[in-house]
Amino acid sequence: MTVTSASVPTPRVANAAMGAEGLKEKISIRDLDFYYGETRALKSISVPLYMHKVTAFIGPSGCGKSTLLRVLNRMYDLYPGQRADGHVRLDDTDILAPSQDLNLLRAKVGMVFQKPTPFPMTIYENIAFGIRLYERLPKSELDDRVKHCLERAALWDEVKDKLDANGLSLSGGQQQRLCIARTVAVRPEVILFDEPCSALDPISTSKIEELIDELKHEYTICIVTHNMQQAARVSDYTAFMYLGEMVEFDETSKIFTSPRDNRTQDYITGRFG
Amino acid sequence: MAIYDTRRRRNHLAIGLAYAATAFGLTWLVLILAVLLWKGFSGLNLAVFTEMTPPPGSAGGLLNPIIGSLVMTFIAVLIGTPLGILAGTYMAEYGRYDKLTMVVRFINDILLSAPSIVIGLFIYEVMVAQMGHFSGWAGSVALAVIVVPVVVRTTEDMLSLLPDTMREAAASIGLPRSLMIQKVAYRAARAGMITGVLLAVARISGETAPLLFTALNNQFWSTNMNAPVSSLPVVIFQFALSPYEDWQQLAWTGALLITMAVLALSIGARILSSRGKTS
Repeated sequence: MTVTSASVPTPRVANAAMGAEGLKEKISIRDLDFYYGETRALKSISVPLYMHKVTAFIGPSGCGKSTLLRVLNRMYDLYPGQRADGHVRLDDTDILAPSQDLNLLRAKVGMVFQKPTPFPMTIYENIAFGIRLYERLPKSELDDRVKHCLERAALWDEVKDKLDANGLSLSGGQQQRLCIARTVAVRPEVILFDEPCSALDPISTSKIEELIDELKHEYTICIVTHNMQQAARVSDYTAFMYLGEMVEFDETSKIFTSPRDNRTQDYITGRFG
Repeated sequence: MAIYDTRRRRNHLAIGLAYAATAFGLTWLVLILAVLLWKGFSGLNLAVFTEMTPPPGSAGGLLNPIIGSLVMTFIAVLIGTPLGILAGTYMAEYGRYDKLTMVVRFINDILLSAPSIVIGLFIYEVMVAQMGHFSGWAGSVALAVIVVPVVVRTTEDMLSLLPDTMREAAASIGLPRSLMIQKVAYRAARAGMITGVLLAVARISGETAPLLFTALNNQFWSTNMNAPVSSLPVVIFQFALSPYEDWQQLAWTGALLITMAVLALSIGARILSSRGKTS
């Protein structure tokens, strides 16, 4: 583990993860504070996101887990009065730096939302649109890339005969996979999932979970979820947050079997939240 | 039970009053349309669409005011729509949280309800008086001034109705805001925005006061926008007040034409906006 993370005074972050070998910190968050106007929503958060691993953020509503996620692609920049203090490094760049180009950052750090949000255009265009933003490809290559992205999102077989249909005509689960394909199309390095299954039925949910399991071989993944079984199923690491604080971060198996903090224990056993 | 009975009686009374008010309002609407159809329909024939406005006592039609109205409305929309859409886009997308937007919205609302005769006088001062003569251009600009606030309002409203998640989704793939607006927001709000333009057209196609001071009228065929241009509302105004029966008949027919055109536009706008909602 890197020296920096060990030297940061964050006693609540478990040491277990830091001893693991072959783990590279794709994103490291250090002493992050976040403000909605005057309200401090995140309090000195420090947590690593390991490369090609799935990290889950869990915690009761309002604990700041979505806020934390939205710092990672600086989505909060769309709104006035929201501000982050601290250090968030993606590889070697400080993404909170004012000089950070937000469009390039978001191309690298993709996001899938709670509610499926296809663009009001055809299925094909939903994917091709993002690709064309950064690459100029001949039609045949573009077709291949669109196909590849839809395959990646396990949607190809269901839509290959109706690529010209409106993206909004798909079912909720299909729309969500279309959004994943759209995110993948831009070739990000990190994918953020903000409660991606909370609007979906169980079958669609299991499809998305399988997908996350496959995607982690190529991408670093971070998922916010209210569903603890889901966190246990899909993630390698879990961070438990409460009232804007990072209470505990460890390997998922440890969080769910032997949490060190009582609040974590209470939350995962359903005593509050 | 007494409380419940009282509430029921009050409810019946309130519903009764609501029905009565509706009936009262609709009565006048039906009467107006009936008289218009009764008087206007009898004068409707091919000559209305092929012949010029006649001198008193001879046969003629409404070709020059129909064309004049169409051309001036078209130019007014051509000027007013881009201005309105750009301003509305600024207010909904770029300046949503700015003071300037609040100020512009307030002024726009005033402009929206400004008496159109004031707009006519204003254009008279800045264009007609400066150029030294009435003209079709001045008429078009006066109508455009009426179009702008309508389009600003509907554009802002329609864009504001789009969920923030759509903007976030666009931003999440690294889409710059300008492209997000062009490729995603406009596409999603298209039906509503077109409806706004149609409503603006409906609004200006019956306007008389701004044209009286600007385009004036022209008894003859003229496509010269630099000269006075005839228009349906002004011709109706002039003919309806005249003592000649054939002129009065043409005025009724013209009024019927405008009403039908506005009705068609409103129905079109309604269909468009309901289609936008279901998709």
